[in-house]
Amino acid sequence: MNAVIEARHLSKRAGRATLLDGVGLTVAAGEMVAVIGPNGAGKSTLLRLLSGDLRPSAGEVRLNQRDIRSFTPRELAARRAMLSQHINVTFPFTVEEIVLMGAGERSLREAGPLVDAALDEVGLAHFHERQLPTLSGGEQQRAHFARVLVQLACGEAEHGPGLLLLDEPTSSLDLRHQIDLVEAARRRAGNGTAVIAILHDLNLAIRFADRLIVLNGGRLAADGPRAEIVTREIIRDIFEIDAVVHQADGVPYVLPQSMRAAQTGI
Amino acid sequence: MSVAVGIDARSPRRSASRRSASFAIPVLIAVLAVTAIVALTVGAAGIPLSRLPAALGLAGESTAMAARDQLVLWSIRIPRIAAAAMVGGLLAAAGAIMQGLFRNPLADPALVGVSSGGALAAASAIVFTDSRFGEALRFLQTELLPLAAFAGSLATTAILYGISSRSGRTSIAIFLLAGVAITAIANAGIGLLVFIADDRQLRDITFWMLGSMSGATWTKSALLAPVLVIGLAACALIARGLDLLVLGEADAFHGGVDVERLKRISIVMVSAMTGVAVSISGVIGFVGIVVPHLLRLVIGPAHRLLLPASVLSGAILMVGADTLARTIVAPAEMPIGILTAAVGAPVFLFILLRQRGLGSL
Repeated sequence: MNAVIEARHLSKRAGRATLLDGVGLTVAAGEMVAVIGPNGAGKSTLLRLLSGDLRPSAGEVRLNQRDIRSFTPRELAARRAMLSQHINVTFPFTVEEIVLMGAGERSLREAGPLVDAALDEVGLAHFHERQLPTLSGGEQQRAHFARVLVQLACGEAEHGPGLLLLDEPTSSLDLRHQIDLVEAARRRAGNGTAVIAILHDLNLAIRFADRLIVLNGGRLAADGPRAEIVTREIIRDIFEIDAVVHQADGVPYVLPQSMRAAQTGI
Repeated sequence: MSVAVGIDARSPRRSASRRSASFAIPVLIAVLAVTAIVALTVGAAGIPLSRLPAALGLAGESTAMAARDQLVLWSIRIPRIAAAAMVGGLLAAAGAIMQGLFRNPLADPALVGVSSGGALAAASAIVFTDSRFGEALRFLQTELLPLAAFAGSLATTAILYGISSRSGRTSIAIFLLAGVAITAIANAGIGLLVFIADDRQLRDITFWMLGSMSGATWTKSALLAPVLVIGLAACALIARGLDLLVLGEADAFHGGVDVERLKRISIVMVSAMTGVAVSISGVIGFVGIVVPHLLRLVIGPAHRLLLPASVLSGAILMVGADTLARTIVAPAEMPIGILTAAVGAPVFLFILLRQRGLGSL
């Protein structure tokens, strides 16, 4: 197995609080992994450690078998792209200018086709000239996703399959664009990109990923194929709700208890 | 394959709105040239356009009139215009860089105390070198003032950043309020110096508070030029980083920017540019807010163009304002800081209202 990213005994403390405690994981090229867990489980911290943005208090992160601290920011950007949760752009940059930021030093002339393709893919084909701050939250999130796709494409053109990190990428998206985004990510994985995404919607996570990583209280609670992870017992332990797990075409889906009660009219 | 690299360029071809951008630099250079020529001709001793070539020594008549004109131009007006242009350029660029650094269009070196910090250090240097303890350094006063102003500005910027930035996020409210507090502290320090200063020092110190180009000389202008040249070169270095910084520190890093390095360079540049400008002209506010804001509306916020355009526009504004300052109440002179504040403060309020409208404050 060709490990793109590997974390060993990863811990992160902030003051007295332990955000992450001894987490280890390996993600291979072409793998799709969803990270799930309750609020405050350490999911975003884990992603920021994997991106090289945060330094671990203990343990290490290896990207392409190399200590992530040995990369310069520019080298890192050519090998992994990351979409964060809340990005607030104050200056009136156009959508095109924002997406082009993913292309590094390349000019609009060089990267124009990439920018167009990415905007097309996120459903913002005619938004080039619009100023980003005037867009809705979901549209802004898609524009940033397009920027991250351009960065990934530029990096992969030089260094081969890279790493795509997504921190709650669907949080402001409507249903259709959630599915679109998940499928865009799946296409990248099909081409060899290692994809790790934090998702709150369990059913979306199941649909998105072959493998689920469950964090709880800063620790790795479970890591495995979705069929093993998505069980009534694990959901109850982690999220403290009762749920029923059904199977449809061999893919599990989760029905929280209260919703089921509502459906059956009780 | 990754995002179809070979896709044909059928898609909407672009950027009608920013087409004006490519003309910005030549247009601004032309406007600056015209403004400077007008500034050459008006003043306490008027030199009409027809006498300008002779006065500049470009045409060969050596009349008494030409000799007088030459004296006025070369020893008073030209150094003053040059200094005003460079001070304006430095202040506007410092404002633009600071706004990029803090991701906030309301940042301005004068508004948040960076200029006051520089002025306090400069005033301290005046009083110190005139005192018994600093006597030995008095002959260095001209060189010492810009250095002191730079150090004062640097300290203020660093303190400001330390207070308002926490784990990669900058709080706009804390930033502005910290700026108010720092300005108050610096002004208290200047007030103390005013209290202990003698009459001559008092005049020097008052000059820092109100801002004026009247002290401009060739020697002082010579100090501005290298800072401006180095600053412009550094602008090219940090432009892309400042663009990405608009996404926030974490995302700028994800995009390949060495954020810590970018912040260090930007802070040193803002401090050097503001400090040197302050040491020549005193505290002149609002240039750093008004110029970049108006430019963003016309040429967009990308720093590769915004920074050099700010230098040129700041120069135009300051040469114009200084010409006005020395003519409207001639033969007396109005402090230039009053003029820039009269124009700048309403613009600041306008930006504030717009920001409130966008819900980003």
